[in-house]
Order: sequence, then structure tokens, then C-alpha cells
Amino acid sequence: MGYASKSPWVIHYDGSSCNGCDIEVLATLCPGFDGERFGVVNTGNPKHADIFLVTGSVNEQNIAVVKEIYDQMVEPKVVVACGICACTGGVFHDCYNVIGGVDKAIPVDVYAPGCAVRPESLIDAIVEGVKVLDEKAAALKAAKKGGR
Amino acid sequence: MGKATVIPFGPQHPVLPEPLHLDLVVEDETVVDCMPQIGFVHRGLEKLVETRDYNQFIYIAERICGICAMGHSLGYAETVEELMGVEVPKRAEYLRVIWHELSRIHSHLLWLGLAADAFGFESMFMHCWRLRERILDIFEKTTGGRVILSVVKVGGVARDIDAGQMSEILATLEGIKSDYGALMRTLLTDSSIKNRTVGVGAIGYDDAVALSMVGPFARASAVNYDVRSFGRGAYGDLADFQPILDNQGDCYARVKVRCLEVLQSIDIIAELAAKMPAGDIAVPVKGSPADGAQASNVLEQPRGECYYYARGNGTKHLDRMRMRTPTSQNLAGMATALKGCDLADVNMIILTIDPCISCTER
Ligand code: SF4
Repeated sequence: MGYASKSPWVIHYDGSSCNGCDIEVLATLCPGFDGERFGVVNTGNPKHADIFLVTGSVNEQNIAVVKEIYDQMVEPKVVVACGICACTGGVFHDCYNVIGGVDKAIPVDVYAPGCAVRPESLIDAIVEGVKVLDEKAAALKAAKKGGR
Repeated sequence: MGKATVIPFGPQHPVLPEPLHLDLVVEDETVVDCMPQIGFVHRGLEKLVETRDYNQFIYIAERICGICAMGHSLGYAETVEELMGVEVPKRAEYLRVIWHELSRIHSHLLWLGLAADAFGFESMFMHCWRLRERILDIFEKTTGGRVILSVVKVGGVARDIDAGQMSEILATLEGIKSDYGALMRTLLTDSSIKNRTVGVGAIGYDDAVALSMVGPFARASAVNYDVRSFGRGAYGDLADFQPILDNQGDCYARVKVRCLEVLQSIDIIAELAAKMPAGDIAVPVKGSPADGAQASNVLEQPRGECYYYARGNGTKHLDRMRMRTPTSQNLAGMATALKGCDLADVNMIILTIDPCISCTER
């Protein structure tokens, strides 16, 4: 990817992660890895966010919260599953209170595995997410034109 | 007095990296009551002892929480070793404590950053996390992992730290000291920070004892309780260990206690590195815990005392594994500290107990 059409604003939500991936998400945005080099800005407001970073798996209690945040985000939007728990449930896949990966709740565009996910692969996933975001934006535009 | 209103706080909230929900009952700008609601991170991992044997479960135990991962694997291993009567080599005990103290430094730096972020000092947050990366570099060099280390096993440790690596670690810690000193000076003397922390959310000694608070949260209220002072394992070989206390019990005291604990941990590591015995780093562990055997253990995590209990049933699987984590001990204290505070101070007070929800809910 040579050119990103915008700086991706990200929102992070901790599903039922062990914190390992959460602190790696934050570390990605901090000086050591400096995700801001790629224009990544962290926001707490779903309505401002382009990319949804979810860590941890979903369960009965948080599935509604994950869906709610996703629904509040404005199209086009991208979901990145951060860490193996968010991808598939990981080591906790057979726990009684774990439904599974985030894709059991909302559509996931990019999977970033790892336990904990490494900041390098997170940056990679976000950059990949920007590409998907651009494609989705183009598709939306085309659909609008076609509709009129 | 105005009418009571309920303000929901969380589970998704900008100051919280973790999901915790509070119903805050406010009158005008004052919080009169608060009801925590948890359960967003519950996985039910204690039950996994039924499907993972006692050697495999250590990898589950360290994923109770990614911040205190090292501590949980250590606490679990010690409990199982007691259950099975395993004697761990001295060198392994030293290495375990060195990694554990390193993870205390990383945890406190992480927390200082989050606290700075809570009072709107974002560059301080970045500086704390920049220093923390140096500790994570040590983890990565010595164990291969940054947050989940997987270095403790039942019977000892999986990797050694050789003399060259050890002197590198000491040099890194020595190098951090001056940067850290500058951060600490700002945190403890800057007037804008003091405005947000001094006298806020104070808890007296009697309340702290009555509410069974643990860790730096309790020590800031002058409760002299630190599991490390029991002198078990390598802690027993320290020339002197005094818990760091403060008697103000407010947010400022909590910041101060944690700030000083980082320096204390650096000293502990330096002392143990100098005394490091030679020898094996693990003993082979065979067999299974006996039917009905029980063991319990406490450990000083970065957030306070953590209790572990295990019971065997004669097979490779444990019959029961139970932990009681510091944050679940401290939630009552947090709810008390919140009562009567200003709505604007809620963030700060919640953060100064250093809540770890994924530990609490497991
Ligand atoms: S993938 Fe690993 S580090 Fe991340 S939340 Fe799951 S258990 Fe924790």
C-alpha cells in the first residue's frame, strides 16, 4: 500500500481478554512502536472511529456491548480481532463462559493472531485495515452513484 | 441538596482499559453511592483444571491476567510444588523473584502512565510507557515474550539468565534510574498533579483494615502488610526488607507508594543478582498430587496479596484451583473512597486502586 486516504481513528474495547493484548494495543500507540507514524489516533468515541480493535473473546455479558459499539460506528468501518482470543477464543475456547471469537458477534475484517499479539503485527493489521477501509469507502461511493 | 441521579460509568469508557461498570448515584456534583457491576471478563478458567493437567494449567494461570502474568504463574507453581512436596533449586527461586520484581516495575510504570492520563497529562503517560518498553526489552531478551513470559514451570524455571545477560539487565535498570527520577519528581511535586491528588479519595487506617484492603492501596493508608516481608523464597535472603508506607491514604499517597516501590524493586534485583547462587534451574517433577492433598499460598502481586488454593485428587488433574486476587479485595475500599467525592474525581480514584478486572473475574 503506497498511499492511505486518511488517518485511521481507532477505538479499543476489551472483550474478555486477559489484559495481555490490551496493553499491547496501548503499547502500539506509545513511543516504543509509535503507531501515530501511520496516522493512528486513539479515540474513546465509537462515532469518531474508523477501526474497531477488539481484544479477547465474547461472552453473554459483553456480546451486547461489542455489538453496540460496532453499531454506533459510522460506515465505512473495519474490525480488527487482536490476539488469538479475539480470533478464535484461544486458550479459553472451551471455557463455559466463552462463546468464541469476536466474529461470533460482528463481522471481522482483519485477524491479528498472537498470544499476546505483538505490536508489530498489530501495526500490520491496522495498515491492512486501512486498505479494507478504502475499498469499503469506494464501494459505498459507487453504490450511492448507482442508486441515484 | 439536589435530586439523586444515576450516572452509568463504563463498561466502555475512555479512562478504563478494562470493562468495569459502575452505577454512580450523584446529587449535584457529589457522588453519594456507587454500585459496581462486573462479569464482562469472566471466562471461568478455574474450571479448566478439569481438562488441563497440572503442568498445562500453568499456561492458563498466567493468562489470568496479562499484567501480572509472571506473578500468577509463580503463585500457581509454588502452590502445586507445596502440594507435591517439591523442593525448588535456590537458583530458580532467585530467577523467579528477579522476573517477578521486573514485572512489578513494568506494572507500576504502566499504572503511573494510566494515572497520568486520567488527570490529563498525556505526555507523562507516553514517558512512563517509553520507560516501560525498556523493561519489556529485558523480558524479550531473557524469555522471548513481552507480556506473557511462560518462563516458570512446576519444579523451577524454563530458562536461565547468564552472567552477561544479568549485567546487561543491571545496566539497563541503572540507566532507567535517572529518567525515572525525573518522572517521579514531576509526579510528586508538580502542582497541577497535586491539585488532582492531594486529599482526594482518602481512606484512613481503620477503614483500610476493616475493608481488608491489600497492596499499595492499603500501604498508602499505613497498613503494614506486604507478603514479601514474610521472607519466603529468595526474599528471605534479602539483607533488609521494609514495606513502603504512607499515612495520608489519599490519591497522592498511592501514587507516592507505587513510585517508591519501583526503586525498591530495582534494589531487590540488584541485591539478588549479586548473591545469585550457581546450580540447577529446575528439578524434574513426576507423579500426581495425592488424593485429598491441599495447599495454599500467598504472593505479593503488584496490586497486593493474592491467595492461591489447590486440592489434588490423585490424578494429573487438580481437583480444585482457586485464587483470590488483590482487586477483588480492594473493590470495597474503592466504593468507600468514591462516596462523597466529586464527580470529576471519579476517574482518578478508580485508577488509584489500580484495578485489574481480568484478575478479579478470571
Ligand atoms: S490472546 Fe493471549 S494475551 Fe491476548 S487476551 Fe488472549 S490469553 Fe491474553
